[in-house]
Amino acid sequence: MALRNGNGRRALVARRAGAPVHLKVSEVQVETPDDHRALILRISRDRDKAAFAGLFGHFGPRIKAYLMRSGSDSESAEELVQEAMLTVWRRAESFDPSQASVATWIFTIARNKRIDAYRRKNRPELDAEDPALLPSEPVAPDDAVIQDQTALVIRKAVDQLPEEQATMLRMAFYEDKAHSEIAAETGLPLGTVKSRLRLAIGRMRKQMKEFEE
Amino acid sequence: MNGSAHRVMTAPQHHISDEWLLDYASGALDEAASLFVATHLTYCPECRARAQELEAFGGEIFDRIEPAPLSASAMDAMMARLDVANDADLISDTGVDMAIRPAVEGDVLPAPLRSYLGCDLDQVVWQKRGGGVSVAEIDGYFEQGQQVYLLKVDAGRAVPQHTHGGNEMVMVLAGSYQDENGTFAKGDVEIADGAVDHQPIAGSQEDCVCLVVTDAPLRFTGSAGWLLNMFVKM
Repeated sequence: MALRNGNGRRALVARRAGAPVHLKVSEVQVETPDDHRALILRISRDRDKAAFAGLFGHFGPRIKAYLMRSGSDSESAEELVQEAMLTVWRRAESFDPSQASVATWIFTIARNKRIDAYRRKNRPELDAEDPALLPSEPVAPDDAVIQDQTALVIRKAVDQLPEEQATMLRMAFYEDKAHSEIAAETGLPLGTVKSRLRLAIGRMRKQMKEFEE
Repeated sequence: MNGSAHRVMTAPQHHISDEWLLDYASGALDEAASLFVATHLTYCPECRARAQELEAFGGEIFDRIEPAPLSASAMDAMMARLDVANDADLISDTGVDMAIRPAVEGDVLPAPLRSYLGCDLDQVVWQKRGGGVSVAEIDGYFEQGQQVYLLKVDAGRAVPQHTHGGNEMVMVLAGSYQDENGTFAKGDVEIADGAVDHQPIAGSQEDCVCLVVTDAPLRFTGSAGWLLNMFVKM
């Protein structure tokens, strides 16, 4: 892949004594967007448990943190981590690298598990195969390389957000907070919350657009 | 109205705000509003792209979270479940029974709406409310005070003038209507708050069918106060 995450993060997936599978730990110690994609591919193609362990090592603790930020206790968060990652294992074939990064895909799975479990409500979603769907204009081939670059641009854009805007986005995404709830919690006027979120989204979009041109 | 999906549909001109799309992407949006958004996304490539972009922002924010270490047994427990994971009885994909609404065949109304109604547009059972207006209530796990329904206004007829105690979200599913803010056709969204006092008129060619979500009863300001009951009763 053309672009790699250059920050050199490496996480070694812990080898667990007595694990009932043959983990090839040495194969799963890298961690960039396209590495994650390669792991998903190995799962969907080969039901590769070592690849799955690699994803679990990276995303499991993130899903747990995400659930705990929105009010879950540690134990039920871990149960939902398993549910979410089981969905990753079972649905690896449905991951479309031209549509989303692995992190985004797993985020949406974790989000939906959280809604099901805690909010006791539905989150209606569109069906991409719906005959009633008005199709998008055909665009330039949106392959995995472009997706990688997009992920990198998003990463940079988040890096450059002013802290007050980044905080609003984190509250919105991690804590499942509607804008009025963010306002109540931070003591900021609702208008300020909304304008910071709007500014954050505007900045992110601008960078995406500059990248596309 | 049968077959309207097969006509050339132009993309909607009146869209969902970023504020709503963000709450939809984060999962904070309530069920009725989520149904509204998912319905619009089916008709609107532009909002679909924006929603996807916001989800990607969410994915990046999610990936940066300070990880919470899992318990020592978590990896083993996880790996032990993989071999039985393909047993469909073991676990539901959504975890909660109420979350499962069966898919309903059709090609006119968007899939999320079909699954709530249990049918496509041609099978909707309308309750006539007089004045060329019919409604079909939609059930779901909605917030208290919220009303979610399809509203059909016969071609050329007007909805009595009204204002809103809370927000009223309207999206055209078939036909069109006009009010002070312009013309609204299939997929177009109009969100009216308490400040809007309007009298929508259905287009003359075709009955106008809308998805409506209100979080407080409408207040009728015109002379047709008799129609108040038709909404309050719902």
